[in-house]
Amino acid sequence: MISDFKYLKPGSVKEALEMLAEHQDDCKIICGGQSLLVIMRQGLISPEYLIDIKGLNDANYLTYDAKDGLKIGATCTHRTVEKSAQVLEKYPVLVEMERKLASIQVRNWGTVAGNLAHGDPAGDPAPVLIAMNGAVKLGSTKGERVVPLDQFYPDLFETAMDHDEIIVEVLVPPSPAKTATKYQKFNLLDSDMGLIGVAVSVTLNGGGVCKDARVVLGSAAPTVIRSSEAEKTLIGARLDDAVFEKAGEAAASECSPVSDIHASEEYRRHLVRVLTKRMAKAAWEQAKISG
Amino acid sequence: MEKRLITLNVNDQDYELYINPKTLLVEAIRDHIELTGTKRGCDTVSCGACTVMVDGMAVKGCSVLAVQAEGTKIVTAEGLETNGKLHPIQKAFLDEGAFQCGFCTSGMLMSAVAFLNETKNPTEKQIRDGIEGNICRCTGYNSIVRAIEAVAKGKYTEDKA
Repeated sequence: MISDFKYLKPGSVKEALEMLAEHQDDCKIICGGQSLLVIMRQGLISPEYLIDIKGLNDANYLTYDAKDGLKIGATCTHRTVEKSAQVLEKYPVLVEMERKLASIQVRNWGTVAGNLAHGDPAGDPAPVLIAMNGAVKLGSTKGERVVPLDQFYPDLFETAMDHDEIIVEVLVPPSPAKTATKYQKFNLLDSDMGLIGVAVSVTLNGGGVCKDARVVLGSAAPTVIRSSEAEKTLIGARLDDAVFEKAGEAAASECSPVSDIHASEEYRRHLVRVLTKRMAKAAWEQAKISG
Repeated sequence: MEKRLITLNVNDQDYELYINPKTLLVEAIRDHIELTGTKRGCDTVSCGACTVMVDGMAVKGCSVLAVQAEGTKIVTAEGLETNGKLHPIQKAFLDEGAFQCGFCTSGMLMSAVAFLNETKNPTEKQIRDGIEGNICRCTGYNSIVRAIEAVAKGKYTEDKA
């Protein structure tokens, strides 16, 4: 049963930030609400005020340019990203990820920024965006700041946002040359959350050696995490199956998944090992043929 | 308790509602407007029985606040027929026997219509992906997929006119 709340409907991002500044300690922001309404119904949170930003057209945009990369506005839905021809061309892994995120109905109403703000370590966008060096622009009445997504999650369902801040924009830099990112989650139901999700980004130099790599694990710790040990294994190496295997082992020993009704800790580590190996190889193969 | 006066446009008709802002769209449609074709299933954004179309998009009525749907055009299963004639997808569901208990049907119909509107000449895989957010616990998926396929292939074109 959802507790009663006072409903506030700002007409612009600026007005939303003013409302947030006033009610910051006892309110929640709702946009698509695809995660929020579920936990409100479960009684896990009962905010006094709900600030509804769903209708804010000034934050509903998706833009790309070669210099700044991709910008996803606060109220831009998953489905807009999924159906964007430009995203498909420049960031195909984002479209692949979106097609597997929950269901069409959820993607039609829910937003990328809202998913990131929810802070669930099983969320799909965070691993992929972190692998691509993504960031969030946070806004408050005091101004704006940019936080890289790999520094955005201090703990389970916690974010680096202050109580008076919202995500106003999600930023993805242009993809460097000879770079590819791959993501796969393992789940029991296709439209369900992943038991484990792994995103790997690989950048090659002219000689085919791995110049940079990011290995990002979802559902493998209290927050989405990067596996620095797996990244070290890849960076500087001439990549082959033996290196991918080592990267998988490094990621599996570095993560800290839980055992629960869906899978044991041991099984989750196994999934991390296998998916890291596969995604690193897939990213490498794609990077070799990309411009 | 705070209440708000809102107007919802459902099946091309305006309804004025005086409701608590926590009212979900599915509650507004069923309990206040009293159109009970839309079903309330899992209540956790999983089953899709409460699927309605909002501005042409399939959404789950259990995960949208009614106040958020103000100013949109909402279509429910009751809004599919025109002048007493069933919508092609409804005819196809009848012809293919695409229901057993029927609880998922309203949601399936809305997902199917939204899917058919945005996908021309779909493959069977696309159809199955198109109803990924709707669970039929009688597992009658094959007949549902056949019904959608029949409409996509133009079997009911004359019914559209």
